[in-house]
Amino acid sequence: MDWEYFLELFLGGLTRGSIYALIALGYTMVYGIIELINFAHGEIYMIGAFTALIVATVLSMLGLNQVAILICAAVAAVVYSCAYGFTVEKLAYKPLRKAPRLSALISAIGMSMFLQNYVLLAQTSDFLPFPSLIPDFEFWEPYAHIISSQELVILITTFVVMILLTILIKFTRIGKAMRATAQDKVMAALVGIDVNQVISVTFIVGSATAAIGGVLIASHIGQINFYIGFIAGIKAFVAAVLGGIGSIPGAVLGSLVLGWTESFFTGYISSDYEDVFAFMFLVFILIFRPAGILGRSDTQKV
Amino acid sequence: MKNESKRLMIAVIVGMLLCLFVSGPGLAADTIKLGVAGAHSGDLASYGIPSIRAAKLVVDEINAKGGVLGKQVEVLTEDDVCKPEVATNTATKLISKKVDVVLGHICSGATKAAMGIYKDSKIVVMSPSATNPDLTQSGDYPNFYRTIASDDAQAKLDVDFALDVLKLKKIAVIHDKGDYGKGFAEFAKKFLEESGKAEVVLFEGVTPGAVDYSAVVQKIKQNDAEAVIFGGYHPEASKIVTQMRKKRMKTIFISDDGVKDDTFIKVAGKYAEGVYASGPKDTSKNPLNIKAVKAHKDKYGEAHGAFYENAYTATIALLNAIEKAGSTDYDAISKALKTEWVETPIGKIRFDDRGDAIGAGFSVYQVQDGKYVELK
Repeated sequence: MDWEYFLELFLGGLTRGSIYALIALGYTMVYGIIELINFAHGEIYMIGAFTALIVATVLSMLGLNQVAILICAAVAAVVYSCAYGFTVEKLAYKPLRKAPRLSALISAIGMSMFLQNYVLLAQTSDFLPFPSLIPDFEFWEPYAHIISSQELVILITTFVVMILLTILIKFTRIGKAMRATAQDKVMAALVGIDVNQVISVTFIVGSATAAIGGVLIASHIGQINFYIGFIAGIKAFVAAVLGGIGSIPGAVLGSLVLGWTESFFTGYISSDYEDVFAFMFLVFILIFRPAGILGRSDTQKV
Repeated sequence: MKNESKRLMIAVIVGMLLCLFVSGPGLAADTIKLGVAGAHSGDLASYGIPSIRAAKLVVDEINAKGGVLGKQVEVLTEDDVCKPEVATNTATKLISKKVDVVLGHICSGATKAAMGIYKDSKIVVMSPSATNPDLTQSGDYPNFYRTIASDDAQAKLDVDFALDVLKLKKIAVIHDKGDYGKGFAEFAKKFLEESGKAEVVLFEGVTPGAVDYSAVVQKIKQNDAEAVIFGGYHPEASKIVTQMRKKRMKTIFISDDGVKDDTFIKVAGKYAEGVYASGPKDTSKNPLNIKAVKAHKDKYGEAHGAFYENAYTATIALLNAIEKAGSTDYDAISKALKTEWVETPIGKIRFDDRGDAIGAGFSVYQVQDGKYVELK
């Protein structure tokens, strides 16, 4: 057994899983609260990456230093994506709150196509180079062949985001309100929680994590186009289902498991069937745990 | 009242439909219709747009001189976004518009899907860029021609370059699982194995559009490959090269003409330096070529992009064949293409029995200081 190779694949899978997790959180939180699969979520991630690209291009023309650009671009991406997430909810989902769930789902798919084509028309269909915003750290150079500085930053950022999110949900008033709304919307409203506000906050938080994921991966890979949100979104959705949709630790676990599955399978067997294997694994897990790894199987509400 | 307005509406719609039917064939008689099919939007539009421009420039020039067989030439474009499932529709649409010949399609997969439809309608199709060997070698598509050499010619050149010039011993062959990339990769693998001079340490496909390729990159490193021969297009190539360089790997990267596109250099930036890619021979000294390039620059004010010369050549070859054949009859055009030499931007060419251009070839290029430079 070659341990260095194993370690490299492990870390590669962890990085990929982290990105999935940042997107999957948005899916799972929204589902937890309004039981809607927000298909436009992948597009929010893509919009985050595009905003960061535009801001970074403008700032680098002004000659700011790299770390300052990264932070400004990330903040702009988060703000823009949150605004989009908030607006999408108000425009496409809120009017359908009382409608059958299928209507909202179709609305979500429509929103996803709209945003994709909007960026295609407003920007370009070409792949655009994304500047490498995360610098190569001098001190990390001896280990760069195992895991690059960019991947290190992705891992650390994801970890910090997870901790902040846990604090938000476990220990703040709005977090408590979110948990209450997830359990029972009507009851939450009866005890004085503004359900609409909670839903908006959920969309904003989910969009923010997706935007962070978008900036990180775009800067790591070095290219973006209008279509990146689709594939990343599908994978993150699979991760959320794998972990148990509606469960936040589940989304993270599912994402990491998916990342590792793909990485190890590619590393030890073949990359030709990477996706095949990832989805086979999903089917396998769902056969034995239909609600996902950490999902609770609730009994039908009567 | 309501009923009446409804009836009126139906009458108007029927009237409009009839108009379409009438005007279609009415126009068809006076012009020669050149269909241009390929990726005109989407990820790979940068391969397809130059062919439309080339066709329009050639046609404008010929029309100004009085057209072909005394008729004006009309260009009809149809987008297939390089997707086989769309390409069949594209072909059907062009046929329903009564095209005489087609320039296209751009991507091999899309071309293959569309060819059956053109074959049934007996329409000559000439691609500036579809390099999949089967298109000519299988003999299934007698109406297919191309102004670019096929993938096996390209793979042979890249393999010879890797073995004889770079003297490599361990090579990883990676492809994007598509018709074009995989075809190229399989030929490269075959030629490498036949030579006995180098070992293929890895042969794998990657999923286009995946979030990252770190696992495949690790695997290339794990197998101690000195070089990667990649079959596919520039988005995946730039991702793989970027990730290899970020992992401090010095592995040589050799690829096909799907990567020999300026977008690759633009996207991969500094990581593109030193990458080898094969592409159509540099014919920039050819006077017709200089004229073609200048025409593009004058009209569009920018560099012409991939396959422009091949498309320009194909347009000239097609229209020349119609002129020489004296009609738009399928058999006459086929015969003219195979027998009449024609001066084009890529040199003097005619077509062999299988539809490959005699006189068109490839050379190896390397990215040096942000530009592709032809290696002698």
